[in-house]
Amino acid sequence: MRPFIITLLLIAACAKTETQQRPSVVTINGAGATFPNPIYSKWFSDYNKLHPNVQVNYQSIGSGGGIKQMTAQTVFFGASDMPMTDEQLESAPGPVLHFPTVLGAVVPAYNLPNVTGLKFTGPLLADIYLGKVKKWSDAAIAKVNPGVSLPNLDITIVHRSEGSGTNFIFCDFLSKVSPEFKQKVGASTSVNWPVGVGAKGNEGVTGMVRQSPGAIGYVELIYALQNNIPIGDVQNAAGQFVRASLDSVTAAAAGAAANMPADFRVSITDAPGKDAYPISSFTWILLYQNPTDKERGRIMVDFMKWALADGQKLAAPLGYAPLPKEVVDREMQALQRVILTLSGAKGKDLKMRMASQLEMLRLLRGSA
Amino acid sequence: MNNAARRKIISRIVEALCALAVVLALIPLAMILFYVLTRGLSALNFAFFTHTPKPVGEAGGGMANAIVGTLILIGIAALFAVPIGIICGIHLAEYAGTKFSSIVRFAADVLNGVPSIVIGMFAYGLVVLPVKRFSAIAGGVALGLLMIPIVVRTTEELLRLVPSGLREGALALGATRSRAVFGVIVPAALPGILTGILVALARVAGETAPLLFTSFNNAYWSTNLMQPMASLTYQVYTYALSPYDDWHRQAWAGAFLLVMMILTLSIAARLAVRRLERMNRP
Amino acid sequence: MTRSHDDRIFGLATGVFAALVLLIVVGIAFELSRQSMLSIEKFGWSFWTGKVWDPVSGVFGARPFIWGTLYSSLLALILSTPIALGIAIFISELSPRVLRQPLAYLTELLAAIPSIVYGLWGMFVLTPIIRKVELLTPEALRKFPLFSGPPVGVGMGTAAIILSIMVVPFTSSVAREILKNVPSAQREAAYALGATRWEAIKVAIGYGKSGIIGAIMLGLGRALGETMAVTMVIGNAPVLSLSLFKPQYTMAAVIANEFTEAADELYLHALIEIGLLLFIITIFVNIASRLLIWSTKRRTIRPVIFPIVAEEESAA
Repeated sequence: MRPFIITLLLIAACAKTETQQRPSVVTINGAGATFPNPIYSKWFSDYNKLHPNVQVNYQSIGSGGGIKQMTAQTVFFGASDMPMTDEQLESAPGPVLHFPTVLGAVVPAYNLPNVTGLKFTGPLLADIYLGKVKKWSDAAIAKVNPGVSLPNLDITIVHRSEGSGTNFIFCDFLSKVSPEFKQKVGASTSVNWPVGVGAKGNEGVTGMVRQSPGAIGYVELIYALQNNIPIGDVQNAAGQFVRASLDSVTAAAAGAAANMPADFRVSITDAPGKDAYPISSFTWILLYQNPTDKERGRIMVDFMKWALADGQKLAAPLGYAPLPKEVVDREMQALQRVILTLSGAKGKDLKMRMASQLEMLRLLRGSA
Repeated sequence: MNNAARRKIISRIVEALCALAVVLALIPLAMILFYVLTRGLSALNFAFFTHTPKPVGEAGGGMANAIVGTLILIGIAALFAVPIGIICGIHLAEYAGTKFSSIVRFAADVLNGVPSIVIGMFAYGLVVLPVKRFSAIAGGVALGLLMIPIVVRTTEELLRLVPSGLREGALALGATRSRAVFGVIVPAALPGILTGILVALARVAGETAPLLFTSFNNAYWSTNLMQPMASLTYQVYTYALSPYDDWHRQAWAGAFLLVMMILTLSIAARLAVRRLERMNRP
Repeated sequence: MTRSHDDRIFGLATGVFAALVLLIVVGIAFELSRQSMLSIEKFGWSFWTGKVWDPVSGVFGARPFIWGTLYSSLLALILSTPIALGIAIFISELSPRVLRQPLAYLTELLAAIPSIVYGLWGMFVLTPIIRKVELLTPEALRKFPLFSGPPVGVGMGTAAIILSIMVVPFTSSVAREILKNVPSAQREAAYALGATRWEAIKVAIGYGKSGIIGAIMLGLGRALGETMAVTMVIGNAPVLSLSLFKPQYTMAAVIANEFTEAADELYLHALIEIGLLLFIITIFVNIASRLLIWSTKRRTIRPVIFPIVAEEESAA
């Protein structure tokens, strides 16, 4: 009994509360998308090496989770593969700014013995996921893949079981190319899949596809690359069949950069441009425009500037496409909009009060 | 065949079936342990125990903060659940016949059956939202809530098992009820109560779901109770569902460590029982 | 201070803590109801019967999940109870003394494995095995609803197997304690009457029947609430089916999967209502097990020697 109590006391002694911590270390908590987790963890770690007093703790709980926790203000910033909807923006306690960080792609991965290099059109993928195309030997698939001998296997459809930004990107594309998909399923982080098996995480989908001949699933590009599974080429808006790669993804973003809205909330699926990969997407970091904690706000803006410059160089080795230059320039400008000092209404008041007090002092001195 | 021989054969068959049951249960155990070990052993190096997580591509990452984090979390859970659980158990044992006791006993059983994820949601609303931050305390509270029913029921059952002669003797010597309980009966039942606590700790050490919305997880070394706290279960969960082999290996190492930690707690429970039983014998 | 005064304080002080536990449970029930109001108001009873779960269009029906939870737990009970009892009987009655502690430790080790590890093992090891079994099922059997469905490996059957493995240690360790506490006089009386080993065990089980049912109920409670392991192997498809092969979904799994992502109010409330449903089902299971235990307690008052004597008489 006694050693047990002593152990508990020792652990309690190690634990500290807020007041005892070194005052100079600032911890910033963030939550959101799983897709950019690898690059964000690299970024925050490198940033911490440059600024040892800043610890940014990012946890990947999912895009929707990031939005929710940021709205509830349990974390300082959020990250999402899906831009916030108007309703979500409205229910946030203050205006939220979106800042794209890197680009990603969602790819159709499949498992067919002795078959590689399959091509898919958007409508074909939609029909598969609607359950209308049931076998690999279906004429619709053969039409797009002339000369490929397709086995007579049932298509095992794999989708994500939990809500995810990856879901959104994939469904967003399918909704754009198939009105029937848009009507029956729609695009969101969680949808009602008409058919198929749900696997947990990109990893779960990859695992399922890998061990089931005849399976098809959609995953983030990195997972397919890391696990060496065959991925399909997808037809883009210009009619070209494009394989997902860092270049084709950046091409999709460049095509959309011209028409980018000021708040950066844009979907670049089915982007114009003959080299564009059609299932690409930005991923965003969400910051409050007028954060109450000015110091943390300042740090995050500084971090974003670093991420948009030096950070981009770390993207490609980890399998992410860096942002095109036009987007980066726009973002640097947009970062100015974050209110970091008391130069808002409060600040104006303060300045006015200070000015009037100075006036009074001058008058008093003058009269004395 | 006469009846006696038939009955004997039936008995033998059943005995064999029972032995088969044991084998059937041990097969998945062996498979799982083998799986975890072979995948995790390679990552169980010194760095694993002493370093914090590093981003992918950098060697030498570890789960030091998660290991300590799990210990701190179950420590907070115990601090929260043990006093409440034991005293509640004492009340249920001493006032066993009252209607109030039956209701509380029923409530404890219901609490035992509440899925850990629902407890997590409850702790989120109770401890996280009002202060707008994830914290180790919230995680500890969530785990503590899971522990309470186990501690309550074990304490109650064990206090009931103490021979009534002991209680009657104490009361005959003029002890007040509280004296009798705290001075005589509880010490007599202590080994079993301790087992209950350790069993409860073992149960919550392996939980992930309640920590998702309470202690959140932390990429850095932190012992600050008001901040998010890393935990082995959460870290294993995140790494296992990532695309990188290095992180997978670390996940399995973490899983192996977790299993060992929980096993140690349950073995400690049994040893403590035996040692204290020996001490208590006059 | 008088003795009764002190006793009263003792009663009140300990009672406060007991009330705290009650308060926690009531608090959970209250919070769950409050946070699911939107969904309760909108759907009412159709939430229990509705089959469609569509977050995009805001239509929520929980029937597939309720079915999945109940079916998977029932299957897990059917699979685990005989094994758990077998283990309990073996360890407490049949095994050589020297094997007792090691076997007991090993069974406890099953309980020590965290549920994510079960889930990951299930996903990577068990699922391919089940898939092979599904592929080998003869066509004739496939016609039955129990075995219909695509051979994907994940599904109700795999989930039931994982659940039963997780439940076995709980049921068996409690059953073992019960059997240990059966007075040896019962067994000795049976042996004295010429009972075989199994018949003596039957007597012991009969004596401890209520406790053993309690042990089974404990296992059921575990199965109902299990989240992580189930979601990795069940396929997560909201389907209502008797099939062991088809992917299905449970209440705990859908909450775990969608809670963090649910960003709009109605969706969140619908998920919390599922949590409330799970809570209510737990209460019902508890009431049912109490009634079962109470009724068996009443029936085992008569002497247990009769069953063996009756058999002898019928054989003669």
